Amino acid sequence: MKYWRVPLDSGEIQITRGRVHIIEDRCKGCGYCIEYCPREVLEFSKKFNAKGYHPPQVKNEDCLNCHYCELLCPEFAIYSEAAFGQ
Amino acid sequence: MKHDETAGMAHPLEDLVRMDRIPHIWCPGCGIGSVFTSCLTAVKQTNIPYNQFTMVSGIGCSGRGAGYINIDSFHTTHGRAIPFASGIKMARPDLNVIVFSGDGDLFAIGGNHFIHAARRNMDLTVICVNNLTYGMTGGQVAATTPFKARSSTTALGNPDTPFNLPLLAYASGATYVARWTMLHARDLADCIQEAILRRGFSFIEVLSPCPINYGRRNREKTLETLKKYHDNTIVKNGASPTELEVDFNKGVILGKFIDIEKPTCDEVYRRMYRPPEETTENRKSR
Repeated sequence: MKYWRVPLDSGEIQITRGRVHIIEDRCKGCGYCIEYCPREVLEFSKKFNAKGYHPPQVKNEDCLNCHYCELLCPEFAIYSEAAFGQ
Repeated sequence: MKHDETAGMAHPLEDLVRMDRIPHIWCPGCGIGSVFTSCLTAVKQTNIPYNQFTMVSGIGCSGRGAGYINIDSFHTTHGRAIPFASGIKMARPDLNVIVFSGDGDLFAIGGNHFIHAARRNMDLTVICVNNLTYGMTGGQVAATTPFKARSSTTALGNPDTPFNLPLLAYASGATYVARWTMLHARDLADCIQEAILRRGFSFIEVLSPCPINYGRRNREKTLETLKKYHDNTIVKNGASPTELEVDFNKGVILGKFIDIEKPTCDEVYRRMYRPPEETTENRKSR
């Protein structure tokens, strides 16, 4: 996200960070998490899982730990947890 | 599992799901799994012990919900989820009874049970997954299929007007009426949580895509349906139930429409027919 100037409180705001975990063999490749991730963290991978679908893979470190993918995934195949030390 | 990062970790909802039955039967792109996840999240958010819940489902794709939740649940006969749930509630008023079923089960074959449970204000939380068709049996026209939509039994378009489910629930006497889509997962989970915690008949309609049996015949891929849910919906809490038709060209109104207080069926029944001196405990001690 680009701002026209640096926000005055940017030094005080704590941004949460998360790490996405994907349980690849549960995925049925519906693409909900990839399409609706607000930070566009995910993309389809080239490889196949045990069921023959392309599971998502993490493409960048922008995850904010909003848990939306976890809530939207119909297969209980993706979740995020807080990441510290960044 | 190959993925090293997940070793020793588990999905946070795994304690609420019968993992031995996963993968579930829902097709890739089906929204029922998302609604189910929101429902489990809501159950978790209430912080009520799991042994004080029970889930009842009817027949159909959504009816499988009761079989996948790892708490006491009941997979009942077609359309009869609400009568079974009413029985549970009258016998054990301390339980939080959730009815998780589909539009065909709750409103076509089970329509009569729905209106009477709403009229009597049974203390149930009814979650209706509305995928606009009979998904499990092959995409026949349902009571909620939109006007002119194609189905396997109306190849030239549905000639009939569908139900406006929130209006039906309100007119029957439901004390809490809301509608969301499966894409509004956070609002939906909060709404289900609120419905579980309150007393009275709560009805939540959830729109959900059926890519195989509805989407395919209406030239709609799953992500296109989700885009429609994103672009053509309006969140309007407290909207009048008469303006809530499902018409994506006009815009579908979502939100919490009705929230009123009324004495529940089991409460009034107990007050009138089971006055304190007549309870079984007293009779035993006498």
